[in-house]
Amino acid sequence: MKYLVRAIVFGLVGYVSGVWLTLAVRGGDPTDEVAVVFGFILALLGWLAGIGGLEAFGRQWIGKTPKLSEDHTWRRYFQFSGDHKVIGIQYGVTLFAVLLIGGLVSMIMRIELAAPGMSIVDLEEFNKLMSMHGILMIAVAVAGIIGAFGNYLIPIQIGAADMAFPRLNALSFWLVPPVAIGLLSAPLLGSFDAGWTAYAPLSVTNDSGQILFNLALIAFGLSSILGGLNILVTVITMRAPGMTWGRLPIFTWAGFATALLTFSVTQFFAGALTLITMDRVAGTNFFGPEVGTGILYQHIFWFYSHPAVYIMVLPGLGVVLELVTTFSRKPLFAYKTTVGALLTIVGLSVVVWGHHMFTSGMADFLHGPFMILTEAISIPTGVIFLSIMGTLWQGKLWFRAPLIMTFGWLFNFMIGGITGIFLADVATDIYLHDTYFVVAHFHYTIVGGAIFALLAAFFYWFPKVTGRMYNDKLGSIFAVWVTVAFNFTFMPLFWVGINGMNRRVGDYPEAYAAANKFASISAFILGASFLLFVGNMLWSAVKGPKAGANPWNARTLEWQVSSPPSHHNFLSQPVIVGHPYDYGGDGSPHVIFPDAEEPPDEVSLEEASV
Amino acid sequence: MAMDVERSEYRQDMSFQPRANRIGMWLFLVSETFLFGAFLAARYYSTGTLRPEELNQALALFLTVVLLGSSVSAYLAETAIRFNHRRKFIIFTAVTIALGLLFLGGVVVELREAIHLFPPGTPYGSSYFMLIGLHAFHVVTGLIALSIVLRLGVMGHFSSKDYWGVEGVVKYWHFVDLAWVVIYPTLYLF
Repeated sequence: MKYLVRAIVFGLVGYVSGVWLTLAVRGGDPTDEVAVVFGFILALLGWLAGIGGLEAFGRQWIGKTPKLSEDHTWRRYFQFSGDHKVIGIQYGVTLFAVLLIGGLVSMIMRIELAAPGMSIVDLEEFNKLMSMHGILMIAVAVAGIIGAFGNYLIPIQIGAADMAFPRLNALSFWLVPPVAIGLLSAPLLGSFDAGWTAYAPLSVTNDSGQILFNLALIAFGLSSILGGLNILVTVITMRAPGMTWGRLPIFTWAGFATALLTFSVTQFFAGALTLITMDRVAGTNFFGPEVGTGILYQHIFWFYSHPAVYIMVLPGLGVVLELVTTFSRKPLFAYKTTVGALLTIVGLSVVVWGHHMFTSGMADFLHGPFMILTEAISIPTGVIFLSIMGTLWQGKLWFRAPLIMTFGWLFNFMIGGITGIFLADVATDIYLHDTYFVVAHFHYTIVGGAIFALLAAFFYWFPKVTGRMYNDKLGSIFAVWVTVAFNFTFMPLFWVGINGMNRRVGDYPEAYAAANKFASISAFILGASFLLFVGNMLWSAVKGPKAGANPWNARTLEWQVSSPPSHHNFLSQPVIVGHPYDYGGDGSPHVIFPDAEEPPDEVSLEEASV
Repeated sequence: MAMDVERSEYRQDMSFQPRANRIGMWLFLVSETFLFGAFLAARYYSTGTLRPEELNQALALFLTVVLLGSSVSAYLAETAIRFNHRRKFIIFTAVTIALGLLFLGGVVVELREAIHLFPPGTPYGSSYFMLIGLHAFHVVTGLIALSIVLRLGVMGHFSSKDYWGVEGVVKYWHFVDLAWVVIYPTLYLF
């Protein structure tokens, strides 16, 4: 804990000295935005130096050997550890906490929306709550699966001992706590009310909380970029002998595709927020009313933020593909085509951003191309859907909580995909834009596509990470509960949206009262379901029955090592000799350990068809 | 949680590391290109190729020559250490840093003029200060990295077998130079 304390002290010292220096140079108030900017930057540097950056990077700069945390006790979770498994768990726990906070904020919003008229907050406070909920959940969706499970699993799945750059990996995690602290302390400066999209010019003129939003999200962008870069290099250079690109597990492929997007386009988000920050503190005028234009902001912002929804969903697709093949005991249907589809999505996702701007004054001639490109993206997505269906088809389905979650995912994502067509189409979008139809569609794709997959992944890899089995009965109840409650919450929102209820407004006409009341009650039931989930997970992590190395009889590499895996994942060099998903076939192995003292049991035909 | 892990003596073969470093650096530079791309897009979107007549063309041309020259000396420094010529390596690294500092000094002069001619609130001024500022920030970080490399070189680090530290920094410096090659015509010539 010594390092954590040091990090907090250094962070505070950094903040105070940043503010003090600014006041000394230009005078003014400690809550001035310029002072906050310098305070935040120095606080971030102080925090990173304190948590272990001094040893991990600083020592090298003065010619000494860099040091990372070598702790093997629980304390390593609070240190600058380069172990990818530690970082995966750090990401998972931190982001799940953020998910719960964001969920609580949404509960307050649903209380307000339960009846027309304002009850517990006013319109402005509602906007601030809405923005806070939005950005916290976006952060969880962007980094949840790829940060937690990507870090934990990708090195093991490719047969590597760790990531290519362990120190960079630790850095990209330790950037996350300051992001959460920055966002959650924004109410001290008046919070931010411009939504998670932070559209200019509102975000240039609103309360100072916006500046913390900008700084925190730029830091978060840096974390994403470094994390994505690390995954790319790891997959390119560290695959075990025999792990060809055609034998890569599909989750690793999905992580690779995601990393291709995160490491590049995230810079545009950082760029857009930097422009806003400069407009606010440095006197530039990109978006101001006289000379600037908000359309510029939207172009730069959506150039990141549309691919960002694929950054959220692609790892989810990877998880689901991985799960359906394990739980239907069948080879993955059309593996190569699916990989091609993942990469096609990556390519197409960067040329469709304009569909967010059909009603915002973008040049007219761009409407048609963006509509067609957007609709083209449903082709690769449909291919992946067919692959899931083809894998399930005539499979020997094994109904456990992860598979039930996956079925929930399938239904939600299908609804999300179908309703997306109406928003991609210019004619219908002009009518539906800025209504609750968009809110419902977005939640169906992101909660349905990313968060459901995240929950399924929590169930599926829980025994691997903790070495213990969760309670599957409670898990299955949760899976059904969360799916039903989620649909009851968001299905009515399509209806009110089609009938014209505006999003991002805390009040609405009497006509939508019944549907909103229903949605609110369902939302509380949805929120309550997470108590069951958290309880199940916490209890099982401590008291659950021992799971063994391979409780699911899965074939990918992470299941061929102990649970939890040893410090460098493997006890000897793995050699890949077959495809990872040849379930129910002739029992040909995926991996062998030629140097192992006693060869691990191969998955026999009977076991493989449980 | 039962989180005490089994320890193992197994270590992966580390021969991938040099290749990983190079690929990682190139990917980082690709990523940086997107950041510069965002600001260049902002410049062209908001002002097209419009530029004021009062720009100090002579100074800008001089700075371009200085920065391009520093890229040459950085290249020579890297080549020198690859052939174990430590003295040459130290000299050329020092020359690179000196040219970088000269460039930064020139930028300061330039900005002091510009702040009166086209302040940041004007359409051109916004893009001008943003792009020059972003680039200057990269020059500063590059100079810090070069100074670290210089100091380590004087202390006797790096050799023909182990020069990744030099190579990485020099690649970054070339990138900073290349960024200027795009920013200079964007702001001064078009």
